[in-house]
Amino acid sequence: MTAIPAEYGLVLASVLFMLGLISLLIRRNIVFMLISVEIMLNAAGLAFIVAGSRWGQADGQVMFLFILTMAAAEVSVGLALILQIYHQLKTLNSDEASKMKG
Amino acid sequence: MLIIFYIASAVAVIATLLVITQHNLVHALLYLVVSFLAVAMAFYVLGAPFIAALEVIIYAGAIVVLMIFVIMMLNLRQESVAQEKKWLKAKIVVGPVMLTLVLAGELLYMLSTETSVSLTGEVIGAKAVGMSLYGQYVIGVELSGILLMAGIVGAYHLGRQKKKVTHRFLEKQEE
Repeated sequence: MTAIPAEYGLVLASVLFMLGLISLLIRRNIVFMLISVEIMLNAAGLAFIVAGSRWGQADGQVMFLFILTMAAAEVSVGLALILQIYHQLKTLNSDEASKMKG
Repeated sequence: MLIIFYIASAVAVIATLLVITQHNLVHALLYLVVSFLAVAMAFYVLGAPFIAALEVIIYAGAIVVLMIFVIMMLNLRQESVAQEKKWLKAKIVVGPVMLTLVLAGELLYMLSTETSVSLTGEVIGAKAVGMSLYGQYVIGVELSGILLMAGIVGAYHLGRQKKKVTHRFLEKQEE
C-alpha cells in the first residue's frame, strides 16, 4: 500500500479546474456555463480535501461541506434564472441577454 | 492505493473532457455524473469517506438531477444540438484553450518544483468532521443555513411565472 504524493491530488484538482475554465470560456450556451462552474467548484473542493488529508485535519472536509452548500444554493438560483431567460428570450444564448429591459 | 487513485483520476479527467466537448446537454450531464463519481472515488482513497458519500448523494444525485429536470422543463428540440455545433467552432476554441494551457503549465511547473510530501492516507471519518463542524465552525453552519434559505427564496422568486389574465377587452398581466 503505497502512499499518494500530495502533488498528484493537487495536479488532478488543477487539471479539472482548467477543463472547467476552458469550457466556461468557449461555451455560449448558458446551461453549459453553469455546468462548467460546477466542475470548477468541485475541483476547488478536491484541493481542500487534499490539503486536509496532508495535515491530517478535518478542516479541509468542513470547507468542502461549505463549498457543497454554496454550489447547491448557486445552482438552484442559476437554474431559475435560466428558466426565466428561456421563457423571455426563447434561446439559451448568453449573448442575447446582454441588454436588460426593466 | 496509488493505482486506484491513478485510475480514478484518469476516469475523472476523461469524463470531464467528454463533458466539455459534448453538443447534447443530456449527454454532457450524464458524463458529468461519471466525473463526479470518479472524484468521489478519489476522495475515498484520500481518506475522506464521508465526503465521498456526500459527493455521490449531493453532487451526482441532487444537483445533476436538478439540472436534468430543468432541461426537461426547457423542452429543447433537436435543432439545439445543431446550434451548439455551430457555436462551438475551432476558431473560437483555440484562443481560450491556448491561454488556459499556458496558465495551467505554469501552475503544474510550480507544483513540480515543490518538495514531494506523501499523504499519510489516514482516514478522517464522519465523527471528526462532525466534531469540527459543530465545534469551531458552528457559525459557518448557521451562515450556510441562511445562504440556503436565501437560495430557496431567490429561486422561488425568479422561477415564478407571471399569470396571464384575459379580460373581455384587454389583456393585462397580473403580478
